[in-house]
Amino acid sequence: MAYKNVLKYSDVTPKADYMNRRQLMGGAAGLFAGMAIGPALGASKYSTDAEPNTFEEISGYNNFYEFGTGKEDPARNAHRLTIDPWSVQIDGMVDKPGSYGLEDILKAVTQEERIYRFRCVEAWSMVIPWYGFELNQLLKMAGVQSGAKYVAFETLVREEEMPGIRSVNIEWPYREGLRLDEAMHPLTIMATGIYDKPMPKQNGAPLRLVVPWKYGFKSIKSIVRVTLTDKQPQTTWNMLQPREYGFYSNVNPEVSHPRWSQATERTIGGGVFAKRKETLMFNGYEQEVAGLYSGMDLAKNF
Amino acid sequence: MGVVDHINTAARKVPVWGVYAAGLLWPAWLFYLAVSGAIGIDPVKSLEHELGELGLQALIFGLAITPLRSIIGINLIRFRRAIGVLTFYFVSAHLLVWLVLDVQILSEIWKDIVKRPYITVGMAAFILMTPLAITSNNMSVRKLGPRWRKLHKLVYPSAALGGIHYIMVGKTWELESLLYMAVILSLLGWRVYDSRRKQRARDLPTRDSANPA
Repeated sequence: MAYKNVLKYSDVTPKADYMNRRQLMGGAAGLFAGMAIGPALGASKYSTDAEPNTFEEISGYNNFYEFGTGKEDPARNAHRLTIDPWSVQIDGMVDKPGSYGLEDILKAVTQEERIYRFRCVEAWSMVIPWYGFELNQLLKMAGVQSGAKYVAFETLVREEEMPGIRSVNIEWPYREGLRLDEAMHPLTIMATGIYDKPMPKQNGAPLRLVVPWKYGFKSIKSIVRVTLTDKQPQTTWNMLQPREYGFYSNVNPEVSHPRWSQATERTIGGGVFAKRKETLMFNGYEQEVAGLYSGMDLAKNF
Repeated sequence: MGVVDHINTAARKVPVWGVYAAGLLWPAWLFYLAVSGAIGIDPVKSLEHELGELGLQALIFGLAITPLRSIIGINLIRFRRAIGVLTFYFVSAHLLVWLVLDVQILSEIWKDIVKRPYITVGMAAFILMTPLAITSNNMSVRKLGPRWRKLHKLVYPSAALGGIHYIMVGKTWELESLLYMAVILSLLGWRVYDSRRKQRARDLPTRDSANPA
């Protein structure tokens, strides 16, 4: 008999509480401002100090094909999604496989704000203030077994709430995957919110991956399954167009998409006359993650 | 009076200059929406997309004029030149937005044209259209004589390439672009069918006369 938690996901960290917590952090940052070098104290050392996009931009311009292929479709259609209750099936090469209620996960992890650059494979970019926890916390919770080499993820498939499941020609569920060391990296987070708001449904509520040095489609949304495995998992865009989308899909200005250049990007929010920006290697996270790929030919392993 | 007559009567009241004026202003209006932020969160992409789609729609409309008259008797032939010229104008605006607002960097533009099939295909469609726009005046019609008609058949490959370009832009097979392509192909297919039919009609009497019963 499954244990049914009466607590809601929103009960775990009431908005008021985490708001207060941030005010405290902000206050502390203010106190130490004179001493602080670089970004304010209290903010994660992994956060960028770039100006984030507005909540409206972030939640109004999405690729989430389960809700349609247009950029505005998810914002229009995702309200139908039920995200409470929510649980994540963790299985494969773990010590404690099973169905984990989101409430239980969130009780066990430490969440914080991470302001990351976000680079879509379509050559546009945003800066997004995520709220969430490092994926390694979840993986440790489940106990990764020694032979595991990869982590596979799956998005919810619920035809009656997701119109794209019928209309878009993709083999559902949406699948993504990471190498275990990528998954364990402190930059890799499971996000639960944006700004001070719970994750909008069109952005992948209630729980989505964020891997800031990879193209956006790697950051799989509305996750219901996490599988530890010793084989490289299948990933949706690679299944669709293996020539265009590799398993790694690290942001790389030198490796073009077959149909467009990845050397530059359009920054969303800059208006009609915004200048294109040079795309940075690993989306600007080279220092943190380049070591994961040392010795690898990144043009071959794109 | 049937629906067709109603349409023909209404169409007679529309001045050709009115079609030109509306067509010329439409992209300007879209540009205004883009600048004022009313066309979506990524205004450059929206503008580019809207103008490209407008170009394809005008192209389809232009190709539909002859079959419309021939099959159901709707006569819009006097708008055909305006529609053709506007098609070129919309596609030029689409190209200009791509060049100036989207790609921006000159070296990247050239690289894109040679290296990326969907850009190559789109550019080819545009290049095929250019002589048609240049010769869309009475003087050219007179000067070129029968060659004018031949030259303006270039609109057929141009339309097909435009449809392919739209399909290739999508990340997956998208229904909308496939529908555009289906419409373009049926309009071209009708022409093949129609010319064969006319050919047969021309052939029949000769065969009869050669074979007196």
